[in-house]
Amino acid sequence: MSEIAHQDHTEKKAFLVDTSSLREVRTFCRDVFEKLHIQQELKDELVLAIAEAAQNIVKHAFKNAAKPNELMVVEISCENNKLQIAFYDRGTPVDPKKVKHREIDNVKPGGLGTFFIQEIMDAVEFKDGKKPWINHLVLTKQL
Amino acid sequence: MSYKIEEEGNSRIVHLTGEIDMDVADKARQTILPLIEAGHEVHLNLSKVDYMDSSGISVLIESKKLSEQKNTKFELVEVSKPVEKVLAMARKFL
Repeated sequence: MSEIAHQDHTEKKAFLVDTSSLREVRTFCRDVFEKLHIQQELKDELVLAIAEAAQNIVKHAFKNAAKPNELMVVEISCENNKLQIAFYDRGTPVDPKKVKHREIDNVKPGGLGTFFIQEIMDAVEFKDGKKPWINHLVLTKQL
Repeated sequence: MSYKIEEEGNSRIVHLTGEIDMDVADKARQTILPLIEAGHEVHLNLSKVDYMDSSGISVLIESKKLSEQKNTKFELVEVSKPVEKVLAMARKFL
């Protein structure tokens, strides 16, 4: 846990659901974490977790229902030194029971993203998406 | 992401630069795998890679597996701090 008191702050931004948006998602996160004075090492980890979650939306939530100009929203908020990152999308509904990383001895590509998210964050929670959203993922981390 | 390939006998030293994510992982894959497929030893230099996510790790796993099938060598020769950190997290899988 950080000894620094981070100021309360919230920012959100919409991105096209496309692989080309992933760099923009990272830039957005880095800018917000800069404002929150989060130390470099933790910042890198958080950016990775967020980018992996955004990647999962691009890869899985829209796998069979790709639509042009579809948006996802990333919202970063910090309150009482608790960081919360929310993702909203309108892709195929995610079944939280099916979201798990693969077995450790199963050496093949893919499936690492979810593992990274779980390693870095304190909690990963799928909430009911309120209209117009279908999926609402929330990642939390105590700073 | 950009790349440079140096030739030394049967070895190919591949230098990747920039960020490796899902958007460019295919470019990295198409740079490295054909070299292994052709039977070259591949030495991958990641010292100028500022960011790598699970898509990049997947390329490394695929490269390693293909090198084993082709009975040749695939190794990392230098890695940047950010890549080292992601590799450390992924080590349980590698």
